[in-house]
Amino acid sequence: MVRKHREIGKAGWGYTATTSIIGFIYFFPVLWIILTAFKTRTDALATPPKLFFTPTLDNFTSVFYRASITTGSSQATDMGLYFFNSIFIAGTSVGLALIVGTLAAYAFSRFPLRGNDTYLFIILTTRMMPPIVVIIPIFLMFRLSGLAGTYWGIILLYTAFNIPFSIWLIKSFFDELNPEIEDAARMDGSTEGRVFFGFCIPQILAGLSATFVFGLILTWNEFLFALLLTGVETRTVPVAMARTLGGEVGVDYGLLAAIVTLFLIPIFFVTFLLQNQLLRGVTFGTVKK
Amino acid sequence: MTIELKKLTKRFGALTAVDSVDLTVGDGEVLCLLGPSGCGKTTTLRMVAGLELASEGEVYLGGKNVSDRAARDRNVAMSFQFYALYPSLTVAENLAFPLYGEGLSKTEIEVRVARISDTLQLGGILNRTPGQLAEGEKQRVAVGRSIIRDPTCFLFDEPLSRLDVQLREEMRGEIKLVLQDLSRPTVIVTHDQLEALTMADRIAVMRDGRIEQVDTPHNVFQRPKNLFVAGFIGTPQMNLLTATLTASNGANAEFAISGGQTIMIDVDPRISELSPGTDVTLGVRPRNLEISNEPTPDGISTTIDIVEPMGAETLVHLSDGQHVLRLVTDWRVPLNEGDKVHTRFLPGTTHIFTADEQVLRTP
Repeated sequence: MVRKHREIGKAGWGYTATTSIIGFIYFFPVLWIILTAFKTRTDALATPPKLFFTPTLDNFTSVFYRASITTGSSQATDMGLYFFNSIFIAGTSVGLALIVGTLAAYAFSRFPLRGNDTYLFIILTTRMMPPIVVIIPIFLMFRLSGLAGTYWGIILLYTAFNIPFSIWLIKSFFDELNPEIEDAARMDGSTEGRVFFGFCIPQILAGLSATFVFGLILTWNEFLFALLLTGVETRTVPVAMARTLGGEVGVDYGLLAAIVTLFLIPIFFVTFLLQNQLLRGVTFGTVKK
Repeated sequence: MTIELKKLTKRFGALTAVDSVDLTVGDGEVLCLLGPSGCGKTTTLRMVAGLELASEGEVYLGGKNVSDRAARDRNVAMSFQFYALYPSLTVAENLAFPLYGEGLSKTEIEVRVARISDTLQLGGILNRTPGQLAEGEKQRVAVGRSIIRDPTCFLFDEPLSRLDVQLREEMRGEIKLVLQDLSRPTVIVTHDQLEALTMADRIAVMRDGRIEQVDTPHNVFQRPKNLFVAGFIGTPQMNLLTATLTASNGANAEFAISGGQTIMIDVDPRISELSPGTDVTLGVRPRNLEISNEPTPDGISTTIDIVEPMGAETLVHLSDGQHVLRLVTDWRVPLNEGDKVHTRFLPGTTHIFTADEQVLRTP
């Protein structure tokens, strides 16, 4: 059945107001962090908290350049590298997981094995325990194989962690498709490759986007493995953020908030870019029929 | 061009979906595979298409053995139950898609699309996408896409099952007309006997992976080879009564119907092959029963259970205490539920089936 969308604004003021209030409560911590990023150290620590203040960009400058304690001259920090690391590591591993996951999901959906569901279950069991349980064996494996502290090490680990989730999610999108369309394409002279790339993939783009964004958010914010398995050169932003805590001058909340604010931007950007696809992706199968 | 199936078999694990099917469809012939769901008709069709490979046996298309070829190398056109239109392509692109692989020029493709859209009246919707089409339009596009090429044969999987009654009647005629012009062997899979009886040159009735009978629509209805075909074809269903032969004189035979009544039926001399005491099943169509006020030797006494007016005719459910009989009579005959009436089996209309369900006599 075709479902007609209501016109925007038809929900009425009551619903709109309620939704706005709940939305505001949800967003408030994030908003507070963003505001703090623009505060001076005094404003950030003021009691009662200040809602109105003179904004400053000093915190953002000191994310990348900081005065040296010994010489007093401005010195570049490594934060630029850490941002690059976060983007490179999360992007690559989620991308890889998406590719492997799509191929595996197609196979599980269209060419079921004997005991197909058992395999799917086993794949999911890897995500059933808290990650900290496997940290010691993984740490030892990384040390033995020389992967510790390398880009490939952490990328492979994140890819492995994202694959089960990708397979399950993408398989459900393939399952929703009408296999007759693929048969029709075969009858009309398409090769298996053409059937997959030309007919299956375009139909689940929304689902792939949703999977990509969910995976990206999980990986982007991952802290534990990054802390233990990245080195000085491959450190990601969450780890770097933690290292700004403490020290002889106490916590610089303004600086921390500035890093967090910058850290939010790439995820905001990707989510915003894929917003339309994402909405279709997460509602796939629920409102379509 | 012909389709030939030789000992075609398909097994899925322990299940034999299609069991040693032999079938030939001639040039220009329309054959309907008819049977209840799960009888293997769609699997048979998919093996002809190349979407399933046979476990055993061969498929010959135009005299060539194509058993090991993939679907794309068989040059077969197929129309699917759920239409299988490519959702991101427009109607025109959907129609043209099978031609892209054939190395035709752009103008040639346009000419063919125009010709098909004329035949099936798709002119107004060529630029729409499948999501914007009504069911009937989708069906037309699906048919159009399958007939746009010049394949060795045409296959239709439940072509009308998704349409409402009125559209179904319209499309039935339309597809029949289109198929007449194609002069290629065509196989239509359907579970709807009316569809099969109206569209087919021959009908193959299937059950449990086997073909029970292949014959013209007329013969499948008038001369069912066995009890299954007799019961499956015809609405309302044929009345089937279990009985025992008690006496026979070559021209007439007396049967004891289970439940206690006896009936005298005219038979052909073959019945004398049977000795008294043989169990049989008597089959008589609802339109070959007649209500009479007086008891007759070729009738039994019954009670009227339900009277269902169907317009020009009335369907009457009768009971002899053991069997339920369906009788169709003219609407003018006055009938009351609960009345006791005599029901005659009209001469020369009763089918007799042996205990192993094979037909012994057809009228």
